Amino acid sequence: MKQAAIVSCVLLAGLLSGCTGAQSALDPRGPAATDLLHIILVFVFVCTSVFFLVMGALVWSLLRKPSREDSEGAQERQISVVVTVAILSTAAIIVLLTVVSFTSDRFPEYKEASSAAILVRGEQWWWRFDYDGDDSSLGFQTANELHIPVGQDVRLRLQATDVIHSFWVPSLAGKQDLVPGRDNTITLHAERSGIYRGQCAEFCGLQHAHMALEVVAQEPEAYRQWLDSQRRSAVVSEDAAIVAGRDVFMRKPCAACHTIRGTEAKGTSGPDLTHVASRRMLAAGVLQNSAGSLAAWIADPQTIKPGNNMPLVPMTSEELRQVTAFLETLR
Amino acid sequence: MNSSSTAQVLDVEVEREELEPRLRRTWQSGKGIWGALTTVDHKIIARRYIVTAFVFLALGGVLALIMRVQLAFPEARFLSADRYNQIFTTHGSNMMFLFAVPVMEAMGVYLVPLMVGTRNIAFPRLNAFSYWIFLAGGLVLWIAVALDAAPDVGWFAYVPLSGPEYGAGKRADIWAQMITFTELSALAVAVEIVVTVFKQRAPGMSLDRIPVFVWSMLVTSFLVIIAMPAIMFASSSLILDRLVGTHFYNPAERGDVLLWQHLFWFFGHPEVYIIFLPAVGMVSAMISPFSQRPVFGYLALVMALIATGLLSFGLWVHHMFVAGLPPSGSSFFTASSMAIAIPAGTQIFCFLATLWSGRPIFKTPMLFVIGFLITFVMGGMTGVMVASVPLDTQVHDTYFVVAHFHYVLVGGAVFPLVGAIYYWFPKMTGRMMSEKLGRIVFGLIFAGFHLTFFPMHILGLAGMPRRVYTYPPELPWSGMNLFVSVSAFVLAAGFGLFFIDAIRSLRSGKVAGPNPWNCASLEWATASPPPPYNFARIPVVQSRDPLWRASSELPVATGLRVDRRELVVSSVVAAEPEARESSPADSIWPLVAALATTVMLIGSMFSAWAVVWGAVPIAIALTCWFWPKRTPEDES
Ligand code: HEM
Ligand SMILES: [Cu+2]
Repeated sequence: MKQAAIVSCVLLAGLLSGCTGAQSALDPRGPAATDLLHIILVFVFVCTSVFFLVMGALVWSLLRKPSREDSEGAQERQISVVVTVAILSTAAIIVLLTVVSFTSDRFPEYKEASSAAILVRGEQWWWRFDYDGDDSSLGFQTANELHIPVGQDVRLRLQATDVIHSFWVPSLAGKQDLVPGRDNTITLHAERSGIYRGQCAEFCGLQHAHMALEVVAQEPEAYRQWLDSQRRSAVVSEDAAIVAGRDVFMRKPCAACHTIRGTEAKGTSGPDLTHVASRRMLAAGVLQNSAGSLAAWIADPQTIKPGNNMPLVPMTSEELRQVTAFLETLR
Repeated sequence: MNSSSTAQVLDVEVEREELEPRLRRTWQSGKGIWGALTTVDHKIIARRYIVTAFVFLALGGVLALIMRVQLAFPEARFLSADRYNQIFTTHGSNMMFLFAVPVMEAMGVYLVPLMVGTRNIAFPRLNAFSYWIFLAGGLVLWIAVALDAAPDVGWFAYVPLSGPEYGAGKRADIWAQMITFTELSALAVAVEIVVTVFKQRAPGMSLDRIPVFVWSMLVTSFLVIIAMPAIMFASSSLILDRLVGTHFYNPAERGDVLLWQHLFWFFGHPEVYIIFLPAVGMVSAMISPFSQRPVFGYLALVMALIATGLLSFGLWVHHMFVAGLPPSGSSFFTASSMAIAIPAGTQIFCFLATLWSGRPIFKTPMLFVIGFLITFVMGGMTGVMVASVPLDTQVHDTYFVVAHFHYVLVGGAVFPLVGAIYYWFPKMTGRMMSEKLGRIVFGLIFAGFHLTFFPMHILGLAGMPRRVYTYPPELPWSGMNLFVSVSAFVLAAGFGLFFIDAIRSLRSGKVAGPNPWNCASLEWATASPPPPYNFARIPVVQSRDPLWRASSELPVATGLRVDRRELVVSSVVAAEPEARESSPADSIWPLVAALATTVMLIGSMFSAWAVVWGAVPIAIALTCWFWPKRTPEDES
């Protein structure tokens, strides 16, 4: 038992110091997650102390040599007192922890202000993000990569398109479910720029394990630039190979599911690809984005992420090369 | 009075040597297959129940190992996503509905009648029916596993994932009907136990002399009776949504997705106590002989059982803290969830006080009691943690929670259960299990358990969600997952050895006398294994520990007939004898009724009309079952 505790302390310390930018409640990078870690530590401390007290009592009871002198009645009364005190202390600790829990319960409502209203929608098995502009023409949609400005409260509206999902980026905040028919909200606040991984936390079917997202927290200036670049429609180069790729995209079923703003591709059931090449990951965190992985994905999405809602679209290797080259230009 | 009563034979009228053979003739079940299918002896049925539940434990354990093989390495391809989802759903559903709840009820079915000193459980035919229904439910689930069509929506089957739109095929229907089967059998047993405890206690066993285990089964039975309607409604409305096109859970038609979660957890949380409370009762029973004193704080323990039972209905929302409910409501449920630590703590302190003031003997059951104390306290601590809303927003649906509930379910219920098997095995079979192997079994299970599940706390905090069939290699989870997977095999080895010990002891264990551990409660007052009539003469109880306090021989009550099955009905509070009542004879109709019910329930997965045509054979079977026999009135 002790060993387990020691091992766990070591592991805990390792995790606390070791990893950066990972997906961990022990590695907070914003005020909400920091508060949560403090509560976790308070609870762990109190509970571990109580545990070792109780274990001390257990060991003592087992090793004690009973003295036969005390009369039974007196002994029973003595124990009753001790047990009563123990029960009362339990109650006191419970009240204490309840109060600790209440006082820190209001964290999502830090400040009302929110610089961006971003609509997050969970879909089987990827994330859709709608950025509202001040006027509708400035709005745009992206997928699986959520950019936020550093040092600000960013309020997210959470909705589910199909089944229940749960939005969880542990280094920034606790989780919140996306429930069909309901509107939930969560506030993110990143202290420093960086990339924070998150993952769907409510079982949502076949590929629940592959429903990750990344939050990219940027300095305000960089964030503004990112917004501007995302707002722009796609520019298709004149290069013959690229145009050929674009034609493949439009001719094949691709355009029925994906939107590329500035082209006739207006499908909405799949992720918006207007700036797909600017994203770090593909398929909700399954692949690092590169020309090779993009081609691999298009060639056989069902092997890479079995059961996902993108069908295998048959094409020749020439067509595959062309369409990949085209998508690669969508920065 | 009709003619047969003139020929009645009372036990006072027969010679001492004559008594037992005549009782045996009256109470014994038939021979051969027919006897096996018609028996209503609570001991035979309970033994079947227990063995079947342990088979499901073993099968569920195999599934757990398969999951752990898949999770040992990142992005492993040992299982497909689909297989994994079926397996974790089946593991959870199987462990909860086919192992943990039934095995606890089965222990009650075996022990409660013996502990209260009666000859059979109340409604013995219903008892037979409940076993057959349970078996059918289990087969339905496991046949689906074999056909690669097992449910894949998690053991709490959240809508809309399990609804008509996203839950394709028959998988979610199989889950829902499996629930119906097990509900039915659990409800039946609960009713039997309540009536047995209230009306069939041996003369003199007033409420304050009921063994704690019997109290725990009584409270558990009430929990079953109160909690089951919620899940019945849930699973039936799910089936209706899927089959008939109702919209209970369809937000587009103003149904409500969260209604499912409320209903499920209104049942699901008490469910945990339905598993845990009998375990507390077992610990109370075992700790006394191995501390050589009565358990400390009888009244406090009973009160704690009742308080836990009541509180368990006020906690369900703590499973929904991140679903987006109003914060004021969540605060209430934080407070109530934490408050349950008080009765739980009371139980632990009473056990510690028993050990402190007793003289402990370290036999295998006692080792499991100690293992329970250590593990359950840890599970309770993490329970307090997840009860806190802010804390839960980080750990909910992560491996932290997987660790937490295995600490309370395995540490809090399975450890006492395995101890209880070592403890009552001699009573049930007449032979002892091996003390030497028992120690190794305990060592392997205890060490294997903590090595498997402790690291999961850390994995959860480090961000690993539960119910994922794999995880990416970039995240720092691989090492610990491999460690956990290897440890799971140590744990499994412990259970394997336990099964070997049990099977071996059945044939070659040391022969046990009636009371090998020198215990105080009534089940030890009769032979091991007990004869079909349990007690040749009904004991009269004069204290809480009848076998310790009785000066020389247990006083007995007489005046029951030996030529037909009769038992004593007594008053609820003081257990004053009130009447002699006949106890039903063997019958094939419970099995027939169970088969008819099974056909109806399986049919209703495919067509709603099955409820209509399926009702006909059930009605026929029930009519035959309850056909009035020409038995004389029961006598006061
Ligand atoms: C051999 C020992 C066991 C091992 C190694 C084990 C392992 C696991 C693992 C790894 C999971 C998580 C699956 C996932 O989230 O993907 C799990 C889930 C679960 N286990 Fe166990 N388990 C064991 C015994 C038990 C027992 C004895 C019970 C109940 C009495 C139990 C009840 C559950 C439940 C209810 C779930 C949740 C399933 C769900 O999420 O729907 N397990 N187990
Ligand atoms: Cu999801």
